[in-house]
Amino acid sequence: MHLYTLQTLRFCSSAIMMRIKTPKNGRVRRELEKRAPKLVETGKKTLILQGTKTSGTLNGVLSEIYHLKKGGAVRFTRKNDNIRPFESGGETSLEFFSLKTDCSLFVYGSHSKKRPNNLVIGRMYDHHVYDLVEVGVENFKSIESFNYDKKMAPRVGSKPFIAFVGEGFENVDELKHLKEVLLDLLRGEVVENINLAGVDRAYVCTAISSNKVYLTHCALRLKKSGTVVPRMELVEVGPSMDLVVRRHRLPNEGLRKEAMRTAKDQPKKKIKNVSSDAIEGTIGKIYIPDQKVGDVALPNKAKGVKRERREAKKKEANERASKKQKEESE
Amino acid sequence: MTMETETQSQKAFHVDVGNLLAVNPFHSFPSLPASRDELVKECLQEGTKLVQAVADSLFNLPSTEDVDGPLVKLPPPTTKLPREKHLPKPKPLTKWEEFAKKKGIQKRKKEKVVWDEQTGTWKRRFGYDRVNDDKDIPIIEAKMTDEPGVDPFAKRQDDKKKRVEKQEKNRLQNLKQAAKIGALPSHVQLAATALPITGTQAPPKKVTKDELGNVAGMAATSTASGGKFDRKLPGEKPAKKQGKHRKFLPVVEGSGIGSREKEQTESVLNKLISKHSHEILNVGKAVTMYNVKKEKKSRNKRNQEGKSSSATNKLKPKKQLQKKTGKKGPVSSKKGKAK
Repeated sequence: MHLYTLQTLRFCSSAIMMRIKTPKNGRVRRELEKRAPKLVETGKKTLILQGTKTSGTLNGVLSEIYHLKKGGAVRFTRKNDNIRPFESGGETSLEFFSLKTDCSLFVYGSHSKKRPNNLVIGRMYDHHVYDLVEVGVENFKSIESFNYDKKMAPRVGSKPFIAFVGEGFENVDELKHLKEVLLDLLRGEVVENINLAGVDRAYVCTAISSNKVYLTHCALRLKKSGTVVPRMELVEVGPSMDLVVRRHRLPNEGLRKEAMRTAKDQPKKKIKNVSSDAIEGTIGKIYIPDQKVGDVALPNKAKGVKRERREAKKKEANERASKKQKEESE
Repeated sequence: MTMETETQSQKAFHVDVGNLLAVNPFHSFPSLPASRDELVKECLQEGTKLVQAVADSLFNLPSTEDVDGPLVKLPPPTTKLPREKHLPKPKPLTKWEEFAKKKGIQKRKKEKVVWDEQTGTWKRRFGYDRVNDDKDIPIIEAKMTDEPGVDPFAKRQDDKKKRVEKQEKNRLQNLKQAAKIGALPSHVQLAATALPITGTQAPPKKVTKDELGNVAGMAATSTASGGKFDRKLPGEKPAKKQGKHRKFLPVVEGSGIGSREKEQTESVLNKLISKHSHEILNVGKAVTMYNVKKEKKSRNKRNQEGKSSSATNKLKPKKQLQKKTGKKGPVSSKKGKAK
């Protein structure tokens, strides 16, 4: 990934001598262009890693999240003891990994006596930590423990339906934040077109109490109904777990405003000859140039034109006849 | 399905078809179900309702037929989520582009092959086997403005090199300008080759490996405990101690060794009070010192007696006897100055 040609410049006029590094390979160049900031963003990659100590359940949780997000996730299996998400100095390693793997979401698992089965789900903006949610995992059931017809299993990479149930998601701050983060995590790629035959999975999150959420992954069965819309049936297949919200950190206002900006928010360029009115709506002005009445081609063939053509034909015929006569005579 | 929805007091789920998302903000658990299975069942029921609501809107969208199945164009998502990277900034115009805009110069499409007058063939515009290549020119006619010793072929090559360097410099300036705004192209990186030269105009000295190894130790001495309890990196050697190595006696004496402290104080006191002066005084040295002093004194006396009478007489005859060489002058004056 680090194959660049060097074009060194030796000009002593500039205080700092700089050189331009461009990739020598087309592959490297394409990879860099993929990582460049885009106007409209498609999908976020997830980084899954763990801290000094993990438990059996936590290992299961992390590996199953990785399976669910197979296309857009990176799994680190070594322990990282210098990552402490909620402390000021403990996030530098996370930011470094995020930069190198180009991941904007991370799931960090750790286990301790004070916080058993701890999962920290976080987002990054420009490879700096944007916000964090810390949840504890309880009552984890892995994919293997569910019995279902294997033919219905959802395929990897399909776009999921997401359902949030509960008034807690509107009233409680922490659950609101968790809802946003879970949506980002479970969403997958943002696509314009979707194949209706390929929808086969759904995530259901229910707010059981003011700090507990029940998350489960289901396969969809589309059953025939009278109308175009099929009847949906949910069958639990995947991991299911109880998430207990422990801590969370919201982004500060300025950063949030900057991250929420979209391309449409940019000041619109003024379109000429268009104005808007409160009563009439959008008004446009059209300028019509003066008509040149004399030069316009007439739609109906006027009699005069036909006559001219007849006369021209006659002339030609006469000329040809006279030519033939001349030839014959010669 | 419709019957179930009517029993709900307010049906309004928040449905976001762009994200395939549905939220039911009105459901609550007045009392938690007794068993886990019941809880799961209720959650799935509610989930099914929501998914059905999304599917209602989704399957009613206009669809096109595809090989694998019906394809629908999703509307843009309504829930706003934060971006992962900043918005890309538009590139600033380069200096040439600004100039062209001002002058109204349009870009012209260039042909791939150009007719080469020199060889009389079609050649490419740049690269291997190109038009107007320096090596194709057999003869350069001399002009009146040419200097005699200059090689015109070498001059052509130098000019080309200068032009290329100028172009590179301009390119770097354009990229620096873009980098200042933050709109550098994604495949380009600017790297500093050397730190700026300040003050003494001397390039920064390169630190050797040993010096670097000592730096951490030097920094550690400024801590409260002198760097003794600092956490060391794997492979870091303990700092070398600078200065005198002092040895302190143990606080509690061991048995059978004898009191070292007593010995130490005894030796110090002996030196001060000089109990056995013959051990302290070095007789031989004292005698030599006395003799040397005595001899010096007697020499001085003799010199002083002789100096005043014959100093000037000594100088003059010596000068006459010897040959006239430059060096002898100062030598004779030195002899006169003997103590």
